Amino acid sequence: MQRGVVIIGAGHGGSQIGFSLRQEGYDGPIHLVSDEPDLPYHKPPLSKAYLKDVSQDVQILRAEKAYVDARIELALGRKVEAIDRQAQAIRFAEGGKLRYDRLVIATGATNRKLTLTGHDLEGLHSIRTRADAAHLRAAMNTANDIAVIGGGFIGLEAAATFALLGKSVTVIELAPSILGRAVSPVVAAHVDAEYRKLGIRVLTATGIDRLEGEAGKVRAVLLADGTAVPADLVLVGIGATANDALARDAGLTCDNGIVVDATLASTDPTIFAIGDVANFPHAQAGRRVRLESVQNASDQAKHVAKTIMGKIEDYRETPWFWSDQGPMKLQMAGLSFEADRHVRTGAPDDPAFSVYHYAGDRLLAVDSVNRPGEHMVARRLIAAGISPSAADLAEGPERLKNLIGR
Amino acid sequence: MSQVTFIERDGTRRIVEVVNGESLMQAGTRAGVDGIIGECGGSCMCATCHVYLTEEDFARLDPPDAMEQDALEFTASNQRPTSRLGCQVKLSAATDGLTVTVAEA
Repeated sequence: MQRGVVIIGAGHGGSQIGFSLRQEGYDGPIHLVSDEPDLPYHKPPLSKAYLKDVSQDVQILRAEKAYVDARIELALGRKVEAIDRQAQAIRFAEGGKLRYDRLVIATGATNRKLTLTGHDLEGLHSIRTRADAAHLRAAMNTANDIAVIGGGFIGLEAAATFALLGKSVTVIELAPSILGRAVSPVVAAHVDAEYRKLGIRVLTATGIDRLEGEAGKVRAVLLADGTAVPADLVLVGIGATANDALARDAGLTCDNGIVVDATLASTDPTIFAIGDVANFPHAQAGRRVRLESVQNASDQAKHVAKTIMGKIEDYRETPWFWSDQGPMKLQMAGLSFEADRHVRTGAPDDPAFSVYHYAGDRLLAVDSVNRPGEHMVARRLIAAGISPSAADLAEGPERLKNLIGR
Repeated sequence: MSQVTFIERDGTRRIVEVVNGESLMQAGTRAGVDGIIGECGGSCMCATCHVYLTEEDFARLDPPDAMEQDALEFTASNQRPTSRLGCQVKLSAATDGLTVTVAEA
């Protein structure tokens, strides 16, 4: 009897797999299991459009009918307790089992929590799920002073939203620069300057001693130098860790996520991992990475569907990311780990520009600010392994587009 | 109540009742229109909500802004003069009767 494909986790990646399997001609049973009660939804707007506007509901990824039409069985609001590899089955926390021929783990990541004194006060928030964002949106109304701990994408996106709503906002970052791990220094400095113009206080190279409260509710963030930053709401955005506990307990190799090979198979050939939870060997970067992005999740979902159907190839998609930061649209293509040379395009004071990252003459990655067209071209250049010269860059995106065409 | 008609790649016509203020992409994904994906959630980023309008419909909407034009021009190898990104088209009573064709992949 055919047990079919079971998918654990219904984020952008998990919810895509079933549809891709059907497109590839898979005819067996498909079960999509999620511990969240809702139909799969868009996560990126949670820190922006959804927060800004109380009339906005979460945007579902697909209508329920789409799952019915594609014969994808939804098991929503159900927590998986264990994977029984011997029996090729998952076990639900409330009892019951579901057997599989192939299992895909798409359990995503969990926001890191603060551990310092005051971490358990009321008024601390983070953003990952619909429930987190709804909770934050409700609490924002009565907040005046908001401290954002961590100057990464999510924290800064929310900081811009708070500032637009007239809140007094302070961003506190331990590293010497905001967005340090995500974009080039030139872009980070630009975002920093723009945010100061919006009236956001940006404190970098700033440690935190503890959170202070009153009657169990947060009142201030006490910095390492003794300064108190008043805060009646604190948003914590200090990164995330992979949800690999189920895999680990089942004996799969895990190391900062579930370790998979270039085809996205785990150390058990019947089990795959995709998206935020997967630690995979990246073709262009020449190293293992774990990427947290919609594109990575969606493209790996499509890839795994092909693998399950016997079209076995290495995953080679060029990673891309975006972040809407107030008035700025940041778009990143490729991975710049090994870069030793950085070329900025556009006039020095132009608020729309790109930074090209090279290792020697080889283009690795491009960060763009308010240059969506250039970003699109950059993705195609990187995917095709084309490295434009300084002269090409000086001529602009049209020239780069022609390079791809030749 | 306002309506929009989507023509899917295989020619299937899907009529969708519009929720005021939503975008063409949102209406399409909510109704499960084939080929309207909206991978980026409406950030004018991924062009997976690319549609063609009729010339009349194109003319009666506000024109695409620079960001959308840029994304269309550089993303879509199959761009046409009446191409739009569904996420940038807001629907209302004024857009009743809009008919859009899902762009070629």
